[in-house]
Amino acid sequence: MDFGPFLLLAVMEGLVSAAVLALTASGLSLVFGIMRVVNVAHGEFFMLGAVLAWFVSQFVPGPAALSFALALILCPLVVGLLAAIADWAVLKRLNYEPEATIVATIGILYILQQAALSLFGPDARPVPAPVDFRVQLPWFGYAGYKLVVVAAAAMILTLLWVVLSRSRAGLIMRATQEDRDMARAFGINVDRVYAGVFALGAALAAMAAVLVVPITQAHYLMGGDPLLLSFITVIIGGLGSLRGTLIAAIVIGLTDGIVSTFFAPTLARIVATLAVALILVVRPQGLFGRTAP
Amino acid sequence: MTARILWTHVGALAALLAAHVLLPAYHHGNLARIMVLAIYATGYNIAFGYTGLLSLGHALFFGAGLYAAGLTAYYTGLPGWLALLAGPVAGGAVALALGSFALRTAGVAFMIVTLMFAQAFHLAILYLGRWTRGDEGLVIARASRQLFGLDLADGSVRFLVAWALFALTMVAALIIARSGLGRVMVAMRENEERSRMLGYDPYMTKLIALGLSGAMSGLAGGAYALLFGYVGASLASVQYSILPLLYVLLGGAGTVLGPLIGTVAMFYLIDLASNVTDAHQLVTGAALVLLILFAPRGILGSIRDRFARWIP
Amino acid sequence: MKRDDLKVTPTRRDVLKGLGATGAIALGGLSARYAQAQSAEPIRIGFQLHRTGIGASYGRWYERTATAALKVLNDQGGINGRPVEILFEDDGTDPRRGAEVVEKLVMQARCDVVMGTLFSHVVMGSAPRAGELRVPYLVCSEGHHVASGALNRWVLQPGITDVKSQVQSMAPFVTQNLGRKVTMVFPDYAFGHDHRDFFTAAVAAQGGEVIKHIAIPPTETSFTRYFPQIPRETEVLYHVMVGPSVLTFVKELGEFYGSGARPQLFGFIDSLEAVAIDSPGLEFLEGSHFWEGHPRYRQDDAGEHEDLYRAAVGVDANGASVTDPRDVSTYSHMFSVWETLFILKRAMEAAEYRGPADRQAVVEAMEAMTEFPEGLEHPQGPKLFNGRTHQAFGLQSISQVRNGRLVRVHRTAMEDGFYPDEVDYTTMSF
Repeated sequence: MDFGPFLLLAVMEGLVSAAVLALTASGLSLVFGIMRVVNVAHGEFFMLGAVLAWFVSQFVPGPAALSFALALILCPLVVGLLAAIADWAVLKRLNYEPEATIVATIGILYILQQAALSLFGPDARPVPAPVDFRVQLPWFGYAGYKLVVVAAAAMILTLLWVVLSRSRAGLIMRATQEDRDMARAFGINVDRVYAGVFALGAALAAMAAVLVVPITQAHYLMGGDPLLLSFITVIIGGLGSLRGTLIAAIVIGLTDGIVSTFFAPTLARIVATLAVALILVVRPQGLFGRTAP
Repeated sequence: MTARILWTHVGALAALLAAHVLLPAYHHGNLARIMVLAIYATGYNIAFGYTGLLSLGHALFFGAGLYAAGLTAYYTGLPGWLALLAGPVAGGAVALALGSFALRTAGVAFMIVTLMFAQAFHLAILYLGRWTRGDEGLVIARASRQLFGLDLADGSVRFLVAWALFALTMVAALIIARSGLGRVMVAMRENEERSRMLGYDPYMTKLIALGLSGAMSGLAGGAYALLFGYVGASLASVQYSILPLLYVLLGGAGTVLGPLIGTVAMFYLIDLASNVTDAHQLVTGAALVLLILFAPRGILGSIRDRFARWIP
Repeated sequence: MKRDDLKVTPTRRDVLKGLGATGAIALGGLSARYAQAQSAEPIRIGFQLHRTGIGASYGRWYERTATAALKVLNDQGGINGRPVEILFEDDGTDPRRGAEVVEKLVMQARCDVVMGTLFSHVVMGSAPRAGELRVPYLVCSEGHHVASGALNRWVLQPGITDVKSQVQSMAPFVTQNLGRKVTMVFPDYAFGHDHRDFFTAAVAAQGGEVIKHIAIPPTETSFTRYFPQIPRETEVLYHVMVGPSVLTFVKELGEFYGSGARPQLFGFIDSLEAVAIDSPGLEFLEGSHFWEGHPRYRQDDAGEHEDLYRAAVGVDANGASVTDPRDVSTYSHMFSVWETLFILKRAMEAAEYRGPADRQAVVEAMEAMTEFPEGLEHPQGPKLFNGRTHQAFGLQSISQVRNGRLVRVHRTAMEDGFYPDEVDYTTMSF
């Protein structure tokens, strides 16, 4: 294949990765930025979204598009609710102590993974795409649904952006992020804000998973990679900066797509991994962090 | 060093040694493994528990020791003690090299930088599959697992060697914790800015701590390769960076005996849970959540807070 | 079945209940039973099971197959007239836990032998411990690790052909029927490297050529970006992937080529074990060829033993569970558990096995075996066993996807899979 089409394919693939990563990472970014909690179970919320989408696709009759639309609304709600319960039952009682929450969220990870294994099973299961068309380019074919994923992710992220920057809820979140005690002094119910943020973070991960599951299938161990990647994205972007997270997701998604298209894949991945480390050595606050943490 | 501190730790080592004669065969074998993993956790605790360096990349140091010792034993005819020594040397050297620039970062950036290097190492093991056999790994022949004429594959020898190495590590950790260096390390953890104003060099202190931590982790890796005869990429995966963190937090960060206690607790949590139910991860997960809810400073850390403030 | 309880003092209540062993035993009769003659004491087989972790799809079916085989075995009168029990223990598909599980099964549960491991890294991690404990360790892994000489005298693989032999025996069919210019896509770790090395050599020996190797990094979840590397002149695309994202691989391949010209596809069914071949997105596989260890769909010429085996394990004619048609089996691998159990029976009877002191005799008896004829005990087909390399050799199938089903179009000859011995375990000490 010639260089031009080759590059086009790499960019398209990179955009899909970036879109999914941006959604997942923005969820982690909120939790990490506002609550200062390293949520090791974030990837499992992602996995739950995909697994629940499979259940919806199995038990809701009618066209694939309908059950998919339902899954896209229902799964994030259920996962968000679960996350809120985890926050209320565990994290709040630990007073969000950073180290204790690591152990607690590892515990939650085990519980969610086992629940998925016991109730969903160990097999990878496909979920039909809501739209099924192929874009035939002169050099190669491409799944139309992947383009839908990019568009949908962009819409959801725009919505998130508007909510955070324009609405009262967003203002309260930002106030809590700036200074938890001050926010409390102004009468903000910080507990409720935290539960809401934790739920929103998990819901975003679940939403990303529902979008991507027709491409990849649901599997009970699928949470590991999204966790690592979004964690990296959030830090590279700069802690507490949603804009940074989004830009980092696009940069990481695109480079991953392009680099692994052109070079020996495993070697490329080694180089990319070291590059991330070096960026942080040079700019420990991340690309868009305000000051060094 | 006060007498009760001394006797607590001597007593712990003596109890482990007594276990050699007292424990049934199965638990005897388990304890040998646990002590090797506890060396790793003790090493992790030097960096994390005392100095406050939250690394997510210690699998790199453990893996460096594992492969240094394992590949030496597998490919060369060098004597066992040299292969074993290669473990801490590699672990320490890699830690110093990584630390020399990773320590320019702190906090979450440090977590990611260490994580990334460990991931790159893990991928490199897979990439160099011609020599490492990647994920499948290598089995080290019994003949290459000799230490001064002792057969490391023998249950008793293995236990005693594991005990000796653990004792060495624990005593070293105790000495470090009680030394001037240890106090500076804790000062870094508590308030880096103030200790800088008092004239300490944070960078050097942290580098030394990371080097020591890496050497202990490498020792654990090397010991694992030679005592258990298997070297594989899964032992250098991200899971093995999380494990010592979990052991240390469970046992009590910044305590000398905490890493051992945490390792024992986690090992038997998994082992016993799988006797109770197929869904054993559920039990393990729930136990972790409950443990941390009721002992947020870890098992020994919580005991120290409530009953015995003198525990180092 | 309920999982078996491992305790320091073994109570066999759960075990017997689970195994459906005949005869209700009064719960209070524990001491009375111990007083019975030694010869009535059950033989205990430890089973290292991938119940969790990446191998869980396989593990579930290995457990079902083992349980079914055990029932047949016990109905036949057990081994040497003694009843047999299997104790399953989860290894999390992890090599370190694998070694610990071997220890647990042998030292705590007092098992006579250990068997059943599939994933190669778990075999590698566990084998040293089995050798040190001097316990026969019968793996069902298809890895080349046993026959390569990497392990020890206590490790044998009598129930399934190793990957080197499998791969090599595919080459004549591929080069004669599908094409001579091959591009290989494989995962970039040991299992994939075995395919790369053995198949490349075998194709060259047949006068063909592998023109491109495409190694996919582990944990990759999207593959489209690798397809442009497939050279235009490729006649056959050889693909072998494992792990949960294999479905994606095939789907994306279909999207990439679409209805346009594409190379012939030849894959290892490992990619699609436990996955329905008529899943949405897999239509692209229609007409392509697969290696199968044991045809998943009941073939028209299936014999009586094949049907008995299917019925016993609970697999329907499409290779799925009789109770849930969505629950597809790992048919090309799980027969090895069944066959290994019956080989163990033969070896234990030949060695007149009484207790752990006779473990060495079991290995020696197995090493002396040469042939396993097709039958109820070997439903996959006849096998030859090489006692020096501890490895079995059997017949492989090549199936074509026709109307969403796998139909066998070729069966290899035994000689296709032979290669010179790389080790002689019988000269090693125990």
